[in-house]
Amino acid sequence: MLSVRDLAVTFRTRRGDVPAVCGVGFDLAPGETLGIVGESGSGKSVTSYALMRILDAGGEIRSGAMTWNGTDLRNAREAAMRKIRGGEISMIFQNPRAALNPIRKVGRQIEDVLRQHGRATDRDAMGKAIAALEAVRIRNGAERYHAYPFELSGGMCQRIVIAIALACEPKLVIADEPTTGLDITTQKAVMDLMRDLIRARGMSSIVITHDLGLAAEYCDRLCVMKDGEIVETGPSAALFARPSHAYTRKLVDATPRPGVGVRDLLPAEARTPLPVHEPKAKKLLEVVDLVKTYAGKSGPVHAVEGVSFSIREGESVGLVGESGCGKSTTSAMLVRLLDPTSGAIVFENEDMAAIPADRFARDPRRGRIQMVFQDATDSLNPRHTAADAIAEPLRRIAGLRGKALDARIDELADLTGLPGHLLRRFPHQLSGGQKARVGIARAIALEPRFLVLDEPTAALDVSIQATVLNLLADLRARLGMTYLFVSHDLAVVRLLCDRVIVMQSGRIVEEGAADAVLEAPTHPYTRALVEAAPKPPRSEVVLRAVG
Amino acid sequence: MAGAGHPVLWRIVQTIPVLIGVVVVSFVLTRALPGDPAVYFAGAMATPESIAEVRAALGLDQPLVHQFFRYCAALLQGDLGRSVSTGQPVVEDLATRLPASLELTLCALVLSCAVAIPLGILAAVRQGGPIDHLCRILVTAGVSLPTFFTGIVLIYVFYYLLGWAPSPLGRLDFVYLEPPRVTGFLLVDTLLVGDIETFFGAARQLILPSVTLALFTLAPIARMTRAAMLSALSADYVRTARAAGLAPRTVLLTYALRNALLPVVTTLGMVFSFVLGANVLVEKVFAWPGIGSYAVEALVASDYAAVQGFVLAMAVLFVLLNLVIDLAYALIDPRIGFSAK
Amino acid sequence: MSGIVSPAPTPAPERGALAHVGHVLRENPVTAVSFAMFAVIVLMAVLGPALVPYDPLATNAARALEPPSAAHWFGTDHLGRDVFSRVVVATRLDLTISVAAVALSFVIGATLGAIAGYRGGWVDAVLARVLDTIMAFPLFVLAMGIVAAMGNTIENIVYATAIINIPFYARVVRAEVNIRREAGFALAARLAGNSHARVLASHIVPNALPPMMVQVSLNMGWAILNAAGLSFIGLGVRPPTPEWGIMVAEGANYIVSGHWWVALFPGLWLMLAVFTFNLMGDGLRDIVDPRRRT
Repeated sequence: MLSVRDLAVTFRTRRGDVPAVCGVGFDLAPGETLGIVGESGSGKSVTSYALMRILDAGGEIRSGAMTWNGTDLRNAREAAMRKIRGGEISMIFQNPRAALNPIRKVGRQIEDVLRQHGRATDRDAMGKAIAALEAVRIRNGAERYHAYPFELSGGMCQRIVIAIALACEPKLVIADEPTTGLDITTQKAVMDLMRDLIRARGMSSIVITHDLGLAAEYCDRLCVMKDGEIVETGPSAALFARPSHAYTRKLVDATPRPGVGVRDLLPAEARTPLPVHEPKAKKLLEVVDLVKTYAGKSGPVHAVEGVSFSIREGESVGLVGESGCGKSTTSAMLVRLLDPTSGAIVFENEDMAAIPADRFARDPRRGRIQMVFQDATDSLNPRHTAADAIAEPLRRIAGLRGKALDARIDELADLTGLPGHLLRRFPHQLSGGQKARVGIARAIALEPRFLVLDEPTAALDVSIQATVLNLLADLRARLGMTYLFVSHDLAVVRLLCDRVIVMQSGRIVEEGAADAVLEAPTHPYTRALVEAAPKPPRSEVVLRAVG
Repeated sequence: MAGAGHPVLWRIVQTIPVLIGVVVVSFVLTRALPGDPAVYFAGAMATPESIAEVRAALGLDQPLVHQFFRYCAALLQGDLGRSVSTGQPVVEDLATRLPASLELTLCALVLSCAVAIPLGILAAVRQGGPIDHLCRILVTAGVSLPTFFTGIVLIYVFYYLLGWAPSPLGRLDFVYLEPPRVTGFLLVDTLLVGDIETFFGAARQLILPSVTLALFTLAPIARMTRAAMLSALSADYVRTARAAGLAPRTVLLTYALRNALLPVVTTLGMVFSFVLGANVLVEKVFAWPGIGSYAVEALVASDYAAVQGFVLAMAVLFVLLNLVIDLAYALIDPRIGFSAK
Repeated sequence: MSGIVSPAPTPAPERGALAHVGHVLRENPVTAVSFAMFAVIVLMAVLGPALVPYDPLATNAARALEPPSAAHWFGTDHLGRDVFSRVVVATRLDLTISVAAVALSFVIGATLGAIAGYRGGWVDAVLARVLDTIMAFPLFVLAMGIVAAMGNTIENIVYATAIINIPFYARVVRAEVNIRREAGFALAARLAGNSHARVLASHIVPNALPPMMVQVSLNMGWAILNAAGLSFIGLGVRPPTPEWGIMVAEGANYIVSGHWWVALFPGLWLMLAVFTFNLMGDGLRDIVDPRRRT
């Protein structure tokens, strides 16, 4: 019922026309769910905006045909398009809080759509809006009708976006990265809700995502996009099992999934043996009853409530939990950027918690405890070149100058796989993966004994994530470092860690060997986390690699 | 909004420390004035004894803290001292002249909002089009205009060359009879007594000075409207609204404009500050009998109670205007709890 | 590193600082024009008194209120002084006042704002109160009050203009520092062994420069307008010193009798100077912003 042929979209910029989509074509049958998968910049979102003819300023459909139930979407009049948008085809967007008008009651926003498409009159609009809220499993619809987006959680906002999209019973729903920015358990709830509603109403849907695992779990058929083109199309299971295009295979490989090691994420030809990694019995770090309480507006906020654990030398420990569980606060205290309210942090048999964070900059242990930050872009000073960033700890703490400094920077660039000619560039001239390498080079510059990795791959595409994870595994063996890997993603943590600690609302709820926790979680929260993670079908590539 | 009474009260309470600060600053300013006020008040024929007498009478021989409390006590009774040049209590002088200033300022603001906001919206909607270019030229040129200079050029063109405007001397030409004073706003008072002829006379006098002031405030309002509108139009929620098939009118007005008005309302605070300052200059150029020209005359005559009364009155007026702006903001934005500024 | 695919390098030439300035000027013709105009104004301020055809103070009753001519390009005023010479000579005084005032408020405002934004807590609260109090006055009115209180001198015009501009810098810097206080690169700088003072001074404040540059250029314009406005109502500079505000004020008396040139030329010059400063803002920002280097 939807057919797209040779679609090409370009954006006019000051530096000339930039093609975003070139020659994309696909078909969609009634009741079918199609996944469009690709990394950032692959043109997957632009394709959907072109379908709806809501491209941003400067975007233009250059060629191709888009037919919807006999209607030519490319040449339809604007008035006809308005009837189709929301009425026959509707969209669900990423970042739900931003996708809602911040100063209009959510109920009114649903009413706007109902009225526009003649589905409601002044008299019954409110009742219908409340019914739409209840349809997306929002309890107390009558009360929520009056809520503003800022009063609702991210998951709740996404339900409202779904309610707006489904209000007029469209025949096709396009979901553009519907789970970005949501916690993993919320992600699953939202995806399940969407699938159930779409199935119950017999609608078709297109799911646009960067997450191959998610797409494979929820879609019948997948299109893989790269640089504005579709490189492969096929049924989900088959495409996952026997990817024919090299890029698809790379994506499938790089997707973390049960039963594979960190090397398996790389293309087959790059899988060198993993260096031996054997934690010692000696304790490097011991955290005893760590507490952090902030003074909040309405009483104290307990960010971390009595956390105790220890890490052995050379060990890699994962600290897992959803946003707000206290994992970031804990890691900030461990690297001594934040003072704990109470508790001890024993590092190399000495309590560091006694030294205020403000004075730790001059402590001899400063160089031995370092951190890799979550967002590589945010963690690099925009005014400093890559070399300046790496040089900073070497200058300040090791006191290196001149030739010795340059030599060490080159050595670190080499170690982290950063091409030497990039060292003189500013962060905005580097790609995400390159920035991540600079951040890692800076963190390991002083060969720290203890390295905290704060979601180091969260902002990266899967294929870059795969190389960065492998780099971290290699560096650990080479420099004998101990890792604390902070993440929300159990599947990624498992690849690098021996042991996992799960946190929920400021407390540790489960702790144990990584594989054991993942395969047989004992705490209900851990179980929910494990179940919520997307389960991509097993691929033959994996089976071959494992078996 | 549930429980709106509480945050509104809280916002009103928050103006108290600012008002105290204003009183302290204006007190400090008066004590730092050059020359000895006692010598000045004692007059030309003063002897050291009579000066000392005046000083004691004014309380100037007391410690500063004591003087401050005396000053505050006088303020609470509405006593700002007596103007040397007019011989009247400063409060009365200001009260007589304030309506003239307010009438001018309000006309100018209404005029500039009426032009600037639609201009900013159109510029944003048709970004890169001719209206956008016009808007950008107006905005950059507008902030470069010295108000007193614009006023003089307007007088030269519309009074001297074209003869369309009446002579730039005050609020009402002497051929008209001033209406009985009710509100002090000539436009209102003339209508109250049904004197249409005088109404138009007053309006004619008002045109050039308000246009001068409006030209000055046009730029910041138009620039902010354009910027706010552009960012609202590219916001995710506008895309959601478009994808839901809402009519362009609804998208523009209900979704983009209402959000874009928030930063515009905030800018109005700054614009008020400019307007009240520029008022002084415009009043001087057009011999407008408001509190601005009163202050200029007082400055020339070293009439210190009058200057100080003027500064204080302007500050209080401005604080109240800001309060109104903040309350208006809260009406549009449900997120405001007045806790953070 | 085996097994690691190094991403293909993207083409990006590296440039020096001077080349970057040249690049910004070429990229945006408006910026180039404004910088050229600024150069002319500075030249006039430096060389003006040596170049002008007449003594700006010399009166000549016989040639009073003459319209512009070949001998007197901008005409003569009511005392027969050459308006052109006075306009050019006044550049130095007006520019000095505004540059001095902006420099003072920049330094004081940026320091206070940076400390308040970084430390937060009571320092921030106290500064916020002080700024609120300054901003509670309509700024021009406050400047009038300050000059009236401290004495009618040029230095006091500078101080008054500086005081009313401090809140702008303090607020811009406070906001910019505050959002970067917890930024990854600031935390990373602390992990690299920098003290708080050093993180603030060498990592955070330089990143707040681009928005401050826009503020500087706007404030230069305001500062000139402010000083001219004060002299227009008889504060600060006194006649017969040539100054744009006073000259417009003097000319205002003759506008209703049709002697337009006495007020027009100093007013136009003033406008041109303010216009130049306002135009320079974006260019200055682009020059101090490394992200514009492509």
